[in-house]
Amino acid sequence: MGNVIGIGAAPKRKEDQRFLTGRGNYVSDIKRPGMTAGVFVRSPHGHAVLRGIDKSAALASPGVIAVLTGDDVADDGLGSLPCGWGITDAKGVPMKEPPFPMLAQDKVRFVGDMVAFVIAETPEQANAGAELLKIDYEVLSSVVGVLEAVRPDAPQLFDDVPNNICCDWELGDKAAVETAFKKAAHVAKLSLVNNRLIGNPMEPRAAIAEYEPGTDRFTLWTTSQFPHVVRFLMGALVLNIPQHKLRVVAPDVGGGFGVKQFHYGEEAVITWAAKRVMRPVKWVASRSEGYVSDRHGRDHVTEAELALDETGKFLAFRVNTLANMGGYLSTFGPNIPTNLYGPLLGGVYTTPAIYCNVKVVFTNTVPVDAYRGAGRPEATFVLERIVDVAASEMGIDRVELRRRNMIPKEAYPYQTPVLVQYDSGDPMGCLDGALVAADVKNFGVRKAASASKGKFRGLGYSTYVEACGLAPSRFAGRLGARGGLYESATVRVHPTGQVTVMIGTHNHGQGHETTFAQIVSDKLGVAFENVDIVFGDTDRVQFGMGTYGSRSLVVGGAALSKATDKVIVKGKKIAAHLLEASEADIQFEAGKFSVAGTDRIKTFEEIAGAAYVPHDYPLEVLEPGLEEQAYYDPVNFTYPGGCHIAEVEVDPETGTVTLVNYTAVDDVGTVINPMIVEGQLHGGIVQGVGQALFENAVYDEGSGQLLSGSLMDYCMPRADHLPMMKVATHSTLCTHTPMGVKGCGEVGTIGSPAAVINAVVDALSHLGVTHVDMPATPNRIWRLLQNASLPVAAE
Amino acid sequence: MKPFAYHQPGQIPDAAKLLTSIEDSKLVAGGMTLIPTLKQRLASPVALVDLSKLGSLKGIADEGATITIGAMTPHAVVAASKLVQTKIPGLAALASMIGDPAVRSRGTIGGSVANNDPAADYPAGVLGLGATIITSTREIAADKFFLGLFETALEPSEIITAIRFPVPLKAGYAKFKAPASRYALVGVFVAKFADGVRVAVTGAGPGVFRVPPMEAALSGNFDASAIAAIKIDTDGLTSDIHAEADYRAHLVTVMAKRAVDAALS
Repeated sequence: MGNVIGIGAAPKRKEDQRFLTGRGNYVSDIKRPGMTAGVFVRSPHGHAVLRGIDKSAALASPGVIAVLTGDDVADDGLGSLPCGWGITDAKGVPMKEPPFPMLAQDKVRFVGDMVAFVIAETPEQANAGAELLKIDYEVLSSVVGVLEAVRPDAPQLFDDVPNNICCDWELGDKAAVETAFKKAAHVAKLSLVNNRLIGNPMEPRAAIAEYEPGTDRFTLWTTSQFPHVVRFLMGALVLNIPQHKLRVVAPDVGGGFGVKQFHYGEEAVITWAAKRVMRPVKWVASRSEGYVSDRHGRDHVTEAELALDETGKFLAFRVNTLANMGGYLSTFGPNIPTNLYGPLLGGVYTTPAIYCNVKVVFTNTVPVDAYRGAGRPEATFVLERIVDVAASEMGIDRVELRRRNMIPKEAYPYQTPVLVQYDSGDPMGCLDGALVAADVKNFGVRKAASASKGKFRGLGYSTYVEACGLAPSRFAGRLGARGGLYESATVRVHPTGQVTVMIGTHNHGQGHETTFAQIVSDKLGVAFENVDIVFGDTDRVQFGMGTYGSRSLVVGGAALSKATDKVIVKGKKIAAHLLEASEADIQFEAGKFSVAGTDRIKTFEEIAGAAYVPHDYPLEVLEPGLEEQAYYDPVNFTYPGGCHIAEVEVDPETGTVTLVNYTAVDDVGTVINPMIVEGQLHGGIVQGVGQALFENAVYDEGSGQLLSGSLMDYCMPRADHLPMMKVATHSTLCTHTPMGVKGCGEVGTIGSPAAVINAVVDALSHLGVTHVDMPATPNRIWRLLQNASLPVAAE
Repeated sequence: MKPFAYHQPGQIPDAAKLLTSIEDSKLVAGGMTLIPTLKQRLASPVALVDLSKLGSLKGIADEGATITIGAMTPHAVVAASKLVQTKIPGLAALASMIGDPAVRSRGTIGGSVANNDPAADYPAGVLGLGATIITSTREIAADKFFLGLFETALEPSEIITAIRFPVPLKAGYAKFKAPASRYALVGVFVAKFADGVRVAVTGAGPGVFRVPPMEAALSGNFDASAIAAIKIDTDGLTSDIHAEADYRAHLVTVMAKRAVDAALS
């Protein structure tokens, strides 16, 4: 018998046993009898008319079984890849939604757009066959940047999308903001670029599909964060496969970060192809292929203005953003820079009037969609940067300016002017905690020590809030969501008292098998080792929405908590019968059902046994068995937040920025497993630091070539880029989730870019530097210093 | 990867003969550049001639005034060599900065020098120290060996067997790593001999090159201050998404100063 390991404990992760011993089961590990290999032939051009494809040489190549193209897709009457959100402009006009064929038809719109699928006996033969395809392109000019794409003379991606604008979206009270700006004592202005990112999960995407003629069923194994949603979108909207004839399995998945939360054309092509060739088909992306096909993130150009009164109170905030969508609408694409961006522009402040306009723009680049944080890092970056700009211009200390505008703890629940209502929070408490943890009072000593070495030291703050736990379905539906955003869990108690949980979220690094087992162990008093978590298989798990938007614990955990409560309720009924007591008198605690005020007890195992061997059982009023299911739809988002403080040292000789200290005090609500939360914060912060200092997806304007198309040119953050981080939690409990949890998956990524860049600007402020775009690479910093208003010499 | 024949000769003449007799054959040493190229199907040699069984190409010999390093000696061995650390610490330091531990365990000095990647580290050390490249047929001075972007003085069937380094009075290497690849965005090797100073730069341009004004200044005064004011012409330097030519030019001076400091430390 093992022990109960409950909420708040930090056991080692269950799943690491198999991961650390090489026993994980990833898509690329799976082999099926008679399996074939497929490779995608992708456009080498950013923008071109597809005039024709000659398959003959490829088909004659040894081992080649089939070559599929957009014409075959059209012949089979298959659907377009669906977009899961339909946003509208200020007048209520729906966004432009051009079709996104799974294999290109008529035109290619980005380097990496899929043109053909070659199936052969081996991957080598498929590659050799692919090289023999003769594809006739009429190359057109590409447009890759949003500023360029909306110019009247820009190349047009779609005939019916004028100026490449998908939607001209807005949020907030424009008139109220204009009035407030007229009364302002000071207006701070900021132009910035939020750099384009590539997610780079450790495991590249992969898929295998198989068709069984005997049952007329398809199975797709895919690297996905949400297999049920893939089954729904692909089966119902693309391939016309009934849901009961389609099984989607997402086994162990090596990291997602959003990259794997979309329905990709590759999945549809492979599933369709498996029936065409009547053999299983496998595809595993190379890293290079991932660069030009995994959905990218961020990519905004923004103008922001903050109006303040003479005391520094924020009066109004106005933001105009151009957001890059890439060549087509990906699954959540248009939702990210709009609904997940505008509503966060209030931050932790009492700004009474906010207006946000976002032009969502098509370009000849990989489609852009959610990447860890998704819209909220962009919002936080704009807001936390312009607060620093305002503080500097008005001569008010940055921390003091934040305090003057912060929502006090007593003011929660707090209704913002941009839709969302924060249920709970204590930003001042997080700030106070972080100031101490970061030893801000001795920063001057450290700055002087850096100066004595010829280095510039800077400190940067980010006091932020985000919205996660996606999402209240009714609210999301009003904003344009075309699906629900609830979650589901089934708690199956076996006759011997062990528990298997089927949950609709997906574990790809978050530690769900541990966290969720702790919840069950805590609530049912069952040993931690006696709880297994099953996920990622539509044949084994009821419909679930998957994992993204820091939702798994918040929404999935809530469903699990509800289902577990139902087990206890039923257990009490069984116990009441066995103990010959009234149900109202039965207590359940620490795995034992007892009659209040007596020593009469039944263990959880005894109750489970009775449920499955119902000889002495209230069969007239109660069904046998002990298995309960719950769906949970949240009533609001959750609003984790906190204060991040970054400390950097800049070498003016080379422009190198070194992150020397990093402190985060975050409010994530109830903590189930502090070790896992700390790991999530570390990982999230590192991804934010990556955006701030290193990562940048660069396209060549005109040709549309991705210049940062490999790990040789796209700089991922590495261990030696980072200091030991100080992370702590300062939690207020969420008022509407069952356990008070708020989620922690994205906070690090949302809070950190602004903290780092604010620190870099602080380090260089004595030279007249007021803003640094991301990533703050040595080259960029050196160039800034060449143009700075004061001499660089630190001597 | 496309199919190819694979040979593993035991003697240098056999390897040279295979290279001559098979058109489109390629040598493979550590394979740190060639294997990724094959995997990406960017190269498709008919045959690979693997040098790993040629035991005579491995090892480091002390000849007093020189050190000779066998062509198949991995970077990690050079970095950890007590002999190199004692006699040319700057060269051991250079080897320790190449790539990552996996690359340093597989990659070889001969492979790196023969490939002459414009951002590789070894060419700076070889040219900066005025080393001699010993091949299956002759000896080539470093000054005559590196001919620009991936170009060397090697004949098609010629195999590097070893590199002989003169032991300097002082030597140091300073590298500004390209952020993603960790190749040299700019790397500068500085070596002081009784008869003068040599300064070699890698990463900044299409091939490794020397900087005569710095050499002259350091020959007079081997101190970083002697070259602080020397600016490098941006003509012919590389510009890419990581660094434009003027930034690279600036870094040459900064890294040269740091290389001198390293040599003196």
